[in-house]
Amino acid sequence: MSRLTDHRTIGFGYLLLSLLAVLIGTLLSLAMRAHLAWPNWPLPLHGPILPEEYLALVTMHGTLMLFFVLTVAPQSGFSNLILPAQIGSRHMAFPRLNALGLYLTALALFTLLAAFFVPGGAPIGGWTAYPPLSETALAGPGQGLGMDLWLASIAIFSIASTLSSINTLTTILKLRCEGMTWQRLPLTVWGWFTAALLSVLAFSVLLAALLLLFCDRHLHSAFFLPAQDLVNGVLLQHHGDGSPLLWLHLFWFFGHPEVYIAILPGMGLTSMVIANFAHRRVFAYRLMIATTLLIGFLGILVWGHHMFVAGLNPFAGTAFSISTMAIAIPASAKVLSWLATLWRSRPTLSTPMLFALGFVSLFITGGITGPILAQPILDEYLHNTFFVVAHFHLIMAMAGIFGLFCAIYYWAPLLFHRTLSEPLGKLHFWATILGAYSTFLPMHFTGLAGEPRHYAQLSGVAGPATDLLQSTLPLQRHITASAIFLVCAQLPFLLNLILSLRRPAQHLDNPWQATTMEWAPNALTPHPTEDQTIVYREPCHYSDSGKEFLTQWSTASTFSPEPE
Amino acid sequence: MQPPQAISPTHGFWNLPIDAAQHGHTLDTHLLLNLWIALGLLALAHLILFLGLAIRKRSARPARQLLVEYLPLAALTLLFAFLALRSERLWAAQRYTGADLSAMQVEVTGMQFVWYFRYPGADAAFGNTKLSLVAPAEGNPLGIDPNDRYGHDDFVTSQLVLPADREVDLTLRAQDVIHGFSVPQMRLKQNAVPGQTTHIHFTPETPGDYAILCTQVCGLGYYRMMATLRVLPQPAFNAWLQSHEAAMTEASQ
Repeated sequence: MSRLTDHRTIGFGYLLLSLLAVLIGTLLSLAMRAHLAWPNWPLPLHGPILPEEYLALVTMHGTLMLFFVLTVAPQSGFSNLILPAQIGSRHMAFPRLNALGLYLTALALFTLLAAFFVPGGAPIGGWTAYPPLSETALAGPGQGLGMDLWLASIAIFSIASTLSSINTLTTILKLRCEGMTWQRLPLTVWGWFTAALLSVLAFSVLLAALLLLFCDRHLHSAFFLPAQDLVNGVLLQHHGDGSPLLWLHLFWFFGHPEVYIAILPGMGLTSMVIANFAHRRVFAYRLMIATTLLIGFLGILVWGHHMFVAGLNPFAGTAFSISTMAIAIPASAKVLSWLATLWRSRPTLSTPMLFALGFVSLFITGGITGPILAQPILDEYLHNTFFVVAHFHLIMAMAGIFGLFCAIYYWAPLLFHRTLSEPLGKLHFWATILGAYSTFLPMHFTGLAGEPRHYAQLSGVAGPATDLLQSTLPLQRHITASAIFLVCAQLPFLLNLILSLRRPAQHLDNPWQATTMEWAPNALTPHPTEDQTIVYREPCHYSDSGKEFLTQWSTASTFSPEPE
Repeated sequence: MQPPQAISPTHGFWNLPIDAAQHGHTLDTHLLLNLWIALGLLALAHLILFLGLAIRKRSARPARQLLVEYLPLAALTLLFAFLALRSERLWAAQRYTGADLSAMQVEVTGMQFVWYFRYPGADAAFGNTKLSLVAPAEGNPLGIDPNDRYGHDDFVTSQLVLPADREVDLTLRAQDVIHGFSVPQMRLKQNAVPGQTTHIHFTPETPGDYAILCTQVCGLGYYRMMATLRVLPQPAFNAWLQSHEAAMTEASQ
């Protein structure tokens, strides 16, 4: 096997792409926050931010973060780096397909970034690209070549994600080592598995929708256009009578599973890390598997909750409301399991554990507003306000990022052959969680006051509307200051990485006393000389006192197993 | 007119703007109930988390799955079901049926980046519109068909003026892209979709000036696609309506 198709090389490749995307995405969000709090402040090297430039910032921030960070890093990056070892395999099922996935993802990222540099600039319709705004260059700057590049980028990304998911699914189905039954799979693998299932379904539908939109734009079809549409004084020339709502259905059929794709691997990892540091088996392990699958399944049935006030039939609104409320039940079950696993466990509070606990906290805080937004009558008030922005940034963006940091600190000995510094890690954790809450909690309140998403300025036209929006300015300034703090809180992390990588590599033999297969000796060696890997038991096998533990690969049996 | 919210547009711990529509009271009660429950659950979950971490004496792993997992889960399920039921009743009351037949009719049209409001005039009927007839420079931004006699007395404003305490039936349309018609102080939001007409009905209660916002990103001027809703007491509204209708009658003669 060549180095280029080695799954670890590919995994690191994905992480590098994500790192690039997260750096750019973060800078874009800082520019947005600065503009909201101080609209007259000229961006250095650029000048004042124009309204269409603000919308381009929002669109590119959302696209970069959701696709290239929250999907790529947990689902493609860490699954390549860790998944084979966790199931006792030495490789992924389709190495060349896997490499192709990485190259296509890189191509998609650079195609997207190119949109900044074409005439008209990047698209301005948000990451959801609702038509008819996304149908024609007449609708505004960025909706010409910039929008085409966006479409091309996401289409390439969809193909890459589908390929990568097929690879992940096949690997889990076919390459589990001897003794690795489904019940013995770590919850991380269940997370990757469910997310991959969702990816295959969701990205195929997205790809179809993108192609239809492309046809509308260049072949004068009208999948997402009504018979007559007048944009910028021009009646659009096309054949047919479609509906913009069709795009909303197709997009959210992808878009909602997508947020579960982003968070399921983090949920799995959090469960395993909590068990590891609490030295206990995950409470209600089988229920955790069931809820992972259930969240995946229900996740396919809730897309209409993005459309309660978008022109959807109000009866359909009720149906989607019920399916959305239902998903709160498996999600609550997960939280209860985490709390029960932690209860009086005297865990070791190392940095990976702190980030797992941060994940739980953010998941609760962000998740608790989910059932509120799931009620159409309340969504009528809250839809497209900053209340929604607060909700999904806490549960998807922040919890997702905490999952990623947890992964990096936890698996550092496997990734870099070094542990990261604990004091710097703890500083990083406390500053980040403080910054995260200080940034996103107040957004609930500007949203409750009525502030809509995507507003480039809060002083549009003198009148009651501007009076209302201007009343949020003190909070806006606080949020912007907190966002700057949150970004600065990442410096200890970068410093930690640099300092650790400059230290000589150590040989670390299962430093966290973990039980899962990736920590087995030679788990990461491509061609082991020893015989086959065999799994003897379920993961997280600890004695009641937590002092003794048995790894999945250990042949010994020194203490009687705990009852489930 | 001094709008009552001129002093501070929002109030209370949850920072809500005043609520000036009839359905707003029950909506607010339900929203506040939800918010307090969410805050309570958030505090409770974190309390359990911190207590579980703080108690330094290690216990055996909780074994009774029924007590620790299924019982709280059942309680949460009941709570969610209760909230869902309550909210569906409010949703049904507002959305499952249309406006009363005696409701006042106003058509709202969104286009980049302005809202227009059309009143049907003395004949209480709207004239046909055609996108090919749209000519803002000639004073016909909605493309009202001059050959349709129902349209002769229609008049178009850029400010939505409504009477207090009378139900109004809004017909939402969009000419170019999707727009979001939102009146926070009326607890109202509904998208206007090109090629589709959508109805939404409500009863304004408190006279005053209120914000109309676009809440669906619609292009570079999205942030300034604002208008004002002016709710007048019945007599003042009647006077306003009569003056506009009289002006239309004069113009068409």
